[in-house]
Amino acid sequence: MSSNELDSETKLMAVIGDEDTCVGFLLGGIGEVNEQRQSNFMVVERDSSAADIEACFKRFLAREDIAIIIINQVYADLIRATVDAHVLPLPTVLEIPSKQQEYDSNKDSILKRANQFEIPWRCSCIT
Amino acid sequence: MSGKDRLPIFPSRGAQMLMKARLAGAQKGHGLLKKKADALQMRFRMILGKIIETKTLMGDVMKEAAFSLAEAKFTSGDINQVVLQNVTKAQIKIRTKKDNVAGVTLPVFESYQDGADTYELAGLARGGQQLAKLKKNYQSAVKLLVELASLQTSFVTLDEVIKITNRRVNAIEHVIIPRIDRTLAYIISELDELEREEFYRLKKIQDKKREARQKADAKKAELLQQGIDVRQQANILDEGDDDVLF
Repeated sequence: MSSNELDSETKLMAVIGDEDTCVGFLLGGIGEVNEQRQSNFMVVERDSSAADIEACFKRFLAREDIAIIIINQVYADLIRATVDAHVLPLPTVLEIPSKQQEYDSNKDSILKRANQFEIPWRCSCIT
Repeated sequence: MSGKDRLPIFPSRGAQMLMKARLAGAQKGHGLLKKKADALQMRFRMILGKIIETKTLMGDVMKEAAFSLAEAKFTSGDINQVVLQNVTKAQIKIRTKKDNVAGVTLPVFESYQDGADTYELAGLARGGQQLAKLKKNYQSAVKLLVELASLQTSFVTLDEVIKITNRRVNAIEHVIIPRIDRTLAYIISELDELEREEFYRLKKIQDKKREARQKADAKKAELLQQGIDVRQQANILDEGDDDVLF
């Protein structure tokens, strides 16, 4: 049932990031504001709190038409527990580096899970 | 789990056949599931490798994109607010397709361009070239991210399915098959017991019969000594056929 819906629907990408990141992706052409004036991007200002980001992240997770959520790693770190708690395949959460901060793969929720698998394999290879 | 954990079944030949069939079924299922788990695991490792590769590539692409944004800003001034305010419809959208690995459907994302560029006129006054480059850079970044997202979704889905499959394999291997084995052993021991009982019973009957015959013979001999010959007398109960069994 739901897989059939997947096929017919076209989905959007969402961005949570600093102003520059958002501007970049909007110029790339992923921005959309729907009839309810809900945008699929969130510009994190200097005075935005972690709660704001979390609320927005959850709102994006709940939206049916969003398949990919792009989030700056700095802000993903602020709401790490929420990001880690999201284990469903859809929507996918992608952590990207921001302009100020390098990308640290050790913090990425997915790669953390990936590393969990990596280690037992290596052990099994040795033994 | 105790050693007495077995299926509640009456020990009979029929039940034994049934259990044998179930054991064969369980072993077949175990083999198939194991194969499925292996196939998934293979795909999983491949995806894992690709994810790590793409993530590193993403760092470079994002860096380049951010740099071109700085370039564009340098030439055309602060365009942030213009861009943020003029959002209407998404130009790049995502289509989901499905890929099939050993019966598991993996969603695959595909980006496609739809509709006109909202920011066609941005940078008309100055810095148009830089803006065009910026757009191109971010579009390629989006493409890469979409690819990465597909990989990541596949990763999460496969992770889940592999866990379930392994759980099933282990359950069959360590719970279901031993239980059927124990049931079979129980049935066989019960059947053996019945057979021994039957054998003993038959032996006992033979003994009794022999005893009875000896007694009769002794009586006949005694009567013969007294002058009565009963050897040729027909028994009215004897119909002429010997005991079929003994």
